[in-house]
Amino acid sequence: MSTNPQLANRKLIIGGFFCLIVVIYLCRLFYIQVIDPQYKLDAEKNAFRYMTEYPVRGYIYDRKGKLLVFNAPSYDLMVIPRETKGCDTIGVCEVLQITKQEYLKRMKRACQAPNSPRKESIFEKQMSAQTYAALQEKLYRFKGFFVQKRTVRKYPKPIAAHLLGYVGEIGKEQAEKDPYYKEGDYIGITGLERSYEDMLRGKKGTQIAITDVHNKIIGRYMEGKYDTLAIAGKPLYCTIDRDLQEYGEKLMQGKKGAIVAIEPSTGEILCLVSGPSYDPNLLVGGKERSKNFTKLYYDSLNRPLFNRALTAMYPPGSIFKLIDALIAQNDGLINRNTTFPCQMGYPPMGGKPKCHAHGGGKNLTGSIAASCNSYYSYVFREIVDQRKYPKFIDGYNHWRETVKTFGPGTRLGTDLPYDKPGNVPSVEYYNKVFGKNGWRSNTIVSLGIGQAELTLVPLQMANVVATIANRGYYLTPHSIKGVGIERKLDARFKAKHYVAVQDQTAYLNVIDGMQGALEPGGTAFTNRLKGIVVCGKTGTAQNPHGDDHAVFLAFAPRENPKIAIACIVENAGFGNTWSAPIVTLMIEKYLNGKTERPEVEKRMLEGDLITKNNKKDALKIKHH
Amino acid sequence: MARNENSVFYGVDRVTLIVYVLLVIMGWLNIYAAVYNEEHQNIFDTTQKYGKQLIWIGGAAVIAFSILLIDANFYTAFAYGFYGFFLLLNILVLFLGKEIKGSHSWFKFGSAGLQPAEFMKFATGLALAKFLSNQNIIVNQQFRLRLKDLIKNYKNTVFALLFIVVPLVLIIKLQNETGLAIVFIAYIIVLYREGLSVGFLIFGLLTAILFVMALVVTSISGLLITLAVIAASAFLFIKRSRKNLIIVTLVLIAASGVVLTTNYVYNHLEDHQKVRIDVLLGRGTVDLKKEGYNVNQAKIAIGSGGFLGKGYLQGTQTKYDFVPEQDTDFIFCTVGEEWGFAGSTVVIFLELFLILRVIFLAERQRSDFSRIYGYGVASVLFFHLAVNIGMTIGLMPVIGIPLPFFSYGGSSLWSFTILLFIFIKLDSNRLLILR
Repeated sequence: MSTNPQLANRKLIIGGFFCLIVVIYLCRLFYIQVIDPQYKLDAEKNAFRYMTEYPVRGYIYDRKGKLLVFNAPSYDLMVIPRETKGCDTIGVCEVLQITKQEYLKRMKRACQAPNSPRKESIFEKQMSAQTYAALQEKLYRFKGFFVQKRTVRKYPKPIAAHLLGYVGEIGKEQAEKDPYYKEGDYIGITGLERSYEDMLRGKKGTQIAITDVHNKIIGRYMEGKYDTLAIAGKPLYCTIDRDLQEYGEKLMQGKKGAIVAIEPSTGEILCLVSGPSYDPNLLVGGKERSKNFTKLYYDSLNRPLFNRALTAMYPPGSIFKLIDALIAQNDGLINRNTTFPCQMGYPPMGGKPKCHAHGGGKNLTGSIAASCNSYYSYVFREIVDQRKYPKFIDGYNHWRETVKTFGPGTRLGTDLPYDKPGNVPSVEYYNKVFGKNGWRSNTIVSLGIGQAELTLVPLQMANVVATIANRGYYLTPHSIKGVGIERKLDARFKAKHYVAVQDQTAYLNVIDGMQGALEPGGTAFTNRLKGIVVCGKTGTAQNPHGDDHAVFLAFAPRENPKIAIACIVENAGFGNTWSAPIVTLMIEKYLNGKTERPEVEKRMLEGDLITKNNKKDALKIKHH
Repeated sequence: MARNENSVFYGVDRVTLIVYVLLVIMGWLNIYAAVYNEEHQNIFDTTQKYGKQLIWIGGAAVIAFSILLIDANFYTAFAYGFYGFFLLLNILVLFLGKEIKGSHSWFKFGSAGLQPAEFMKFATGLALAKFLSNQNIIVNQQFRLRLKDLIKNYKNTVFALLFIVVPLVLIIKLQNETGLAIVFIAYIIVLYREGLSVGFLIFGLLTAILFVMALVVTSISGLLITLAVIAASAFLFIKRSRKNLIIVTLVLIAASGVVLTTNYVYNHLEDHQKVRIDVLLGRGTVDLKKEGYNVNQAKIAIGSGGFLGKGYLQGTQTKYDFVPEQDTDFIFCTVGEEWGFAGSTVVIFLELFLILRVIFLAERQRSDFSRIYGYGVASVLFFHLAVNIGMTIGLMPVIGIPLPFFSYGGSSLWSFTILLFIFIKLDSNRLLILR
């Protein structure tokens, strides 16, 4: 048979066939080993477990080093679904006090994308200390479960919620955008927590562990050569005075409004009170957090999450007269002795805007102290219609631009997120409302007394008074002294911003007028302080939402001012009734460390305007 | 090897011997890497698999030596005896053996086990060689269809096939060891070498293709088109005589039969076998965590090796048990991961070289018996190589068969050693005796 020539070449066919198969195999091997990268990536996922070590978030201190925010340990119960075989399921349900359905629901969620049965995911967020303690004993029976330690924010005093902001779980979209975060991580959502997130958060550490097929950790990859340690977040040194903030919040209890105090020489925000507020400890923790947040979020009557100090745009009312007085003097239109008539109102327009009985035509300082509406109607029209500008529109624009250098109309650029710009209406706006050529300076005369479309946020009000205290400049209000041990501060908070009015006599006259406001005949005489020269200005802002807002701003002491402060209390009436007492109490507290007017303090602390106004509103609705 | 005619190594092909030794040592080192564990670093630790493999290797050396020691005539004389003896053992194991994971193929001696089916391989090779080398027996070379001719001419072919089919059926059906049984198909290559008609092979191949097609192409129209294409090409390429027409018609009927029975056959497979076919053909949704796990993990391990590999003992996929059966059937994953494409090529080339060397040696035999047996050895080794590596890289369904000389396990190493060394012994005698 071997001699059969037909069969002789079959050895070649067989050999060739063997070789062919081997060549095919080698091609395939070359493809999966050298060309296709997918398998290498898969292998990495297979064998490594990247374990995150969460850093400690930076503490926040007040200007005197008192603690505002610290961290408390928190425990998340994690699960790797694939490893839960033989787990005491009922035990888990009992400890967490959940139903079996809930257990299965969570387990399903842990298995579905983006989670995976092979990877850990959160089963129960931020367990209470009791739950954790109960769990700890039984954890050995809960196969596939383990506890991940993290930290949550804690606040030694229930204050400054709006300023500090809160920390919460990062949104899905944001997590996808920023490679630092992964879903379930925490991030500063508002306030300082948001502004200084980068510094506060620190740096996550990663440990690369080698796992076997059961996802059991066998050891560290390359003896930990590629591991990174978590770096703790940097401490934040706040400009806030904790005691002042706390006192301000007490005074604002039962009131809507805001108090903002600034140290004029530095632009440091001393307190930022928005009422009604809430206890920041409410927005910490797992289940409780979302429950509390929902409650706060849907409180449409009080809107406690609304940061009025930065975002509520109020008509400034009479306090705006200070700016008018400064501009008119700077333009050489009036001086200390200029008087304008007042007949319980502005005479050229038939007594509108109205004024109050303050005893005849006042000079400049008197007009500030007594807050004469007529005087500033004159002053406003003097500025807008001044000869220098043949067209009144140019005069108006001059006024507007000058006002804007004080802050109103643009965002101040503070380090707190979400501040609003307020509004100084533009020529275009009035052209739209009244038609081109359809308006004159008398049409908009109420701007001169801080009414009409003019709005400021409380922070801007405080900035205006700080500018006056500094006699012509301000530093961008900011809320931190510095980050980290070196107390690094952005250079933009050290630059002086000079406003368009630099006439020092003008400032002197206005400050004299402000001092006069707390002297006999002044609008805030009843709130004068013993031993401290306070320069202030009352405001009573008419608004379309109900009773007038009470506004007061002041700085003290007159020489070398330490504090510039603005306060607005919504629907409270005259500035002197509610806002001036609060401001002067705050000044006393800040400068002396104590207050000496117990009866005023008592009235402020106990005054519950919210309930009162709500009752009034309810009555009104009944009448209609 | 040795010049002394009385030496055990006289006439032994040293090339084959060196490659054999190389493969066994490489296999051992890779088993060490596959089950490497820091607590037992000693490669000679006999509580570990690499230590045990060393014992198996020692045993293999003794066996190899013994085979060379015995007169070559012994193997020819007792070829049927071996076949009968091991066939008997394979039947006995059904009653006396121990059931392990649904398989009735193990004799247990304490902790050690022995699979008689492993030794059926060489026994079948011997018996087949004996049968085919009989001068009076001719495997028919033509593919005739008349029933009279069929019986007359294909009697011997059918006998030869019986030598293969009996152990195959016995092992696959009764012992439930698909992997071990399916290897006997390799002997078809021997029959081909000895004159089996190409028609048989084409028919077999066609059946296989149709089976796969019927599983992959689910629509009836797709199958009809396939059949039409076969018919059309048959008409185009075959002379249109009446006889050929009948052939084509019969082929078509047979093809239709295959197609129609495919689902029946498929449905009567074991579940795990269905799944393996599905995984290979990518039918339905393959869950990589379950049925697709083995192949996927094997591919990941091999694929992550890159060109030069991660280095000896540096593999993470095999070492940490991601790959199942990493020391036995999936030992090639360790090679792929730690030695990369370069190392894989070396191993495959060594195996191929050994096989081609055996063919080369077989062709130089003066004795038909030796040649036929040699082809049996080459075919069985190649079948193992192709299926074993094919399944780790996703080109073959997962069938649990070892990589020759490489995989962990006493039975398989010893069986391959016996298989090869009987041939080496026959080859060493080629100049002495004309059989």
